[in-house]
Amino acid sequence: MNIDFSKIPTYDTLGVIERVNRFGKRSIKNSSKVEGLKLALSMIDLTTLEGKDTKGKVEQLCYKAMHPHDALQNIPTVAAICVYPSMVSIAKKALQGSKINVASVATAFPSGQSDLKIKLADTKFAADQGADEIDMVISRGKFLSGNYQYVFDEIAAVKEACGKAHLKVILETGELETLDNVRRASEIAIQAGADFIKTSTGKIQPAATLPVTYVMLDTIKDHYLKTGIMIGMKPAGGISTSKIALQYLVMLNEVLGEKWMNKEYFRFGASSLANDILMQLVKSETGFYQSANYFSKD
Amino acid sequence: MANKNKPFKASWSYDPAPESTDHIQLQKKYDLYIDGKFIKPESGKYFDTINPANDEIIAEIAIAEKEDVDKAVKAAKSAFKNWSKIEPKERGKYIYRIARLIQERAREFAVIESLDGGKPIRESRDIDIPLAANHFFYYAGWTDKLEFAFPNRKPKPLGVAGQIIPWNFPLLMAAWKLAPALATGNTVVLKPAETTPLTALKLAEIIRDSGLPKGVVNIITGAGKTGAEIVNHPDIDKISFTGSTAVGKYIQKAVAGTNKKITLELGGKSANIIFEDAAIDQAVEGIIDAIFFNQGHVCCAGSRLFIQESVANTVIQKLKDRMETLMVGDPMDKNTDIGAINSKRQLKTIENYIKIGLNEGGEIFQTDCILPEKGNWCKPTLFLNLSQSHTIVQEEIFGPVLAIQTFRTIEEVIEKANNTPYGLAAGVWTQNGSKIFHMTQKLKAGVIWANTFNKFDATSPFGGYKESGFGREGGLHGLKPYVKFE
Amino acid sequence: MNRLDIQKTYKLYIGGKFPRTESGRYYAVNNSKGKLIANMCLGSRKDFRNAVVVARKVQESWADISALNKGQILYRIAEMLEGRKEQFIEELVLQGATKKAAENEVEVSIDRLVYYAGWSDKYQQFFSTVNPVSSSHFNFTNLEATGIVSIIAPENQSLIGLVSVIASTIVGGNTVIVLASENLPLSAISFAEVLNSSDVPGGVVNILTGKREELISHMASHMDVNAIIYCGNDENEMKSINELASNNVKRTIFYKKNDWLNSSNESPYFIEKTQEAKTTWHPVKV
Repeated sequence: MNIDFSKIPTYDTLGVIERVNRFGKRSIKNSSKVEGLKLALSMIDLTTLEGKDTKGKVEQLCYKAMHPHDALQNIPTVAAICVYPSMVSIAKKALQGSKINVASVATAFPSGQSDLKIKLADTKFAADQGADEIDMVISRGKFLSGNYQYVFDEIAAVKEACGKAHLKVILETGELETLDNVRRASEIAIQAGADFIKTSTGKIQPAATLPVTYVMLDTIKDHYLKTGIMIGMKPAGGISTSKIALQYLVMLNEVLGEKWMNKEYFRFGASSLANDILMQLVKSETGFYQSANYFSKD
Repeated sequence: MANKNKPFKASWSYDPAPESTDHIQLQKKYDLYIDGKFIKPESGKYFDTINPANDEIIAEIAIAEKEDVDKAVKAAKSAFKNWSKIEPKERGKYIYRIARLIQERAREFAVIESLDGGKPIRESRDIDIPLAANHFFYYAGWTDKLEFAFPNRKPKPLGVAGQIIPWNFPLLMAAWKLAPALATGNTVVLKPAETTPLTALKLAEIIRDSGLPKGVVNIITGAGKTGAEIVNHPDIDKISFTGSTAVGKYIQKAVAGTNKKITLELGGKSANIIFEDAAIDQAVEGIIDAIFFNQGHVCCAGSRLFIQESVANTVIQKLKDRMETLMVGDPMDKNTDIGAINSKRQLKTIENYIKIGLNEGGEIFQTDCILPEKGNWCKPTLFLNLSQSHTIVQEEIFGPVLAIQTFRTIEEVIEKANNTPYGLAAGVWTQNGSKIFHMTQKLKAGVIWANTFNKFDATSPFGGYKESGFGREGGLHGLKPYVKFE
Repeated sequence: MNRLDIQKTYKLYIGGKFPRTESGRYYAVNNSKGKLIANMCLGSRKDFRNAVVVARKVQESWADISALNKGQILYRIAEMLEGRKEQFIEELVLQGATKKAAENEVEVSIDRLVYYAGWSDKYQQFFSTVNPVSSSHFNFTNLEATGIVSIIAPENQSLIGLVSVIASTIVGGNTVIVLASENLPLSAISFAEVLNSSDVPGGVVNILTGKREELISHMASHMDVNAIIYCGNDENEMKSINELASNNVKRTIFYKKNDWLNSSNESPYFIEKTQEAKTTWHPVKV
């Protein structure tokens, strides 16, 4: 690991909050709103990560991914389905013929409290099952006890185990607590080979927030300035409304700009966001506010 | 790469999101508010107030001349007898009522403020108007507690206060001046600035509606000449002025030999200092807030930026990137970050300083934004390669123009920061606690923002050292300029 | 054979030294019977300018001395004055005071120094505030010295008036250039000797003797002076001071009819007159 932690930028929390509040105050109207909503829809990793997930549930979700709302013309599909490793092959099969990726969580998700060997096996299994993307969790305990090298090595090893699959590294920012920790963890993840950095598992509160995502975007920006390499970003958990999703996109637009404004470099990890976006899109087409009853749950 | 120089260019452009103006009721013509009524000026003369964003005339405004000023002062003097003696608790209730009425009509005030002055609606809506209401709220509560503000003394009101306010925060400055004056039992003749009289006149309507005894507040309009009539009126006991240092000096001189007390809140050329151990990204945001808030029409604007050499390139690069995302244009659009320059005259002043900066060898950077055709506009601007001796480093520009210098050591930057006749405000950015306190102690300025900038609050005293004026507005310290002791 | 008295030469007090006026001029001070008491230096605008230079040089370091320490230094001045009480009484008597009045004035002067010595580490607590702003910031206001203060000492009450304005001004971290009473100047220069033998750093208090008429305009107009205290009630002088002060927005403080012997003329509010309120903001959030 070649990171000089004394040179890593620090953050003033209130300053970051004030900054992100400004994004929240952008007023997105009319065609720019429709454009934003469609973009957001295309960036969704439609997610089900439950102990009670079944073949049937995953297949339904895959159908929803391919057919978000047939009544609407010219809308994109979501970017990916995000499931547990045991569901990867089912999802893969269900999504055949579509361009929708299958993402799998791995590495003893969500706590990450297991041995590296098991985490690597978990990763390999998911990749072998056909996962296009692996969402791993970092070892927060090791991170908080200052063992950055361990965290780095673990990510690097998982990256190798991923093979061709893209690696998203979940920092679980809700457990890191400070923005300075988020920055450090982001640096470690990026240096160790992450293709994407991701805020949360969705199992811990708070999950994704604008301030945390802002700090991660800032890290990505600095990395790009230094190396010319573009890293992707995935806020996950807690983004359930179009309004919030648009705020994230405004932030992305004004911090990283056009090159990041696509699903190759930005994803939303969410389960109920898609339907809210669809309702908004129908509203802007028809002029009527919508009811959830008209939109399939999955 | 899409654009080598602008790797983070935003591509998603937002549709216009104009604030609705349907609910705004403006008259074609505004008279003088004297002794509880709107009355015509003796001379019958009016001037136009113009929307700086499109050069359109909004309304005609009365010009108060000597006779009108005299009427207003007389009304205030006669109202003082009762107002200074009514039960303090009752006095407070009037002021609370004004605060509430402003809150109720907040959106209307915000829209008019932006129409008349050119500031972005986001700022007038989120900052100017709420803060103005808060000031009345804060000082309303002091009326029956004044003896706790001055232990062992008996505070008494001064009499008639002449208050002359600037065009950069029209309603807010009116509130800063009126609230403490009324709370302490004074009566007032207030003159808003020539280019931005509308919200003060709307405030006059509210004051009339509040039932405040007639003559306690008189609001008269006009240009510098009207102001001079107020300053020189023999029955004025107190002058409170916010504006340029040149006019402040004139006032101090003009009241010499009289018993008039004065408070001056004047110009500035405030230093904003970025250390290498700052939270750089927030510092960049702080620079933006410091110089581009309200188009840089801010007396405490952080117009002199000092960056420690070791991080200068990073900060400047990030600053330029951030400036590119600033949206310049229609003040009524909710997405606008930088609105219109307040007047043609001010625009000329700013443009002249930009010319001087270039002539003196400064390296300019302006953003790529497209400016509207009509109205007064200035691109966000910064200058590099400057030293203390450059004109644009020394003189107040009062526009969105930032003068950047670098420094190496703490001693050096303290010396440079204090090397100015002004002393209104300063900003310091570092994550090192001891350094913050060292800096906040050493900087000669009345307001020090550490790891933040351009924050205001009714409870927080504001005012300068040296040629930035004297007296404080806001907080407990803001009561003092309006009382005398027996 | 009777021993010939050694007469005292009264000089100026600038930067902790006792120079003669650079102008070489003097004026005679007589007692009420017209007998010469002393020849005083007729201080010039250049003497004043020199004093401003030293006052500026030491102002920050004087302000930086801890409040406790400044209090002890003021107390030390009181101790020194107490020790030389008799000399001060004599001088006051020489200038026309009754013995009793002179004794009283000296004693009140000593007590006044002790009074302000005590305020040194307290006035800040009295005038400072923590301001409960609505945003997530810690915000406080405290006082700082205005800087350099010109003082035109009262013409009468030449000791207690002088001591009152000097003590209340320097205790707040200011440095001062004082013009002594024109007709009763002896105590001022003797007080300079007291200052010099206590622990007040040179340059904190500078005392000139000379003509009001000649010096006031310079004291009011000097661009490196931050405030001016005028004790007196000449309307023309006050007007002229205010006009000249406007050139650098100098703070002007007028004490028109204060009876400095009266305890109503001692309070922390006198200290506050030459203080600037500084408000500091810092975010609070993790």
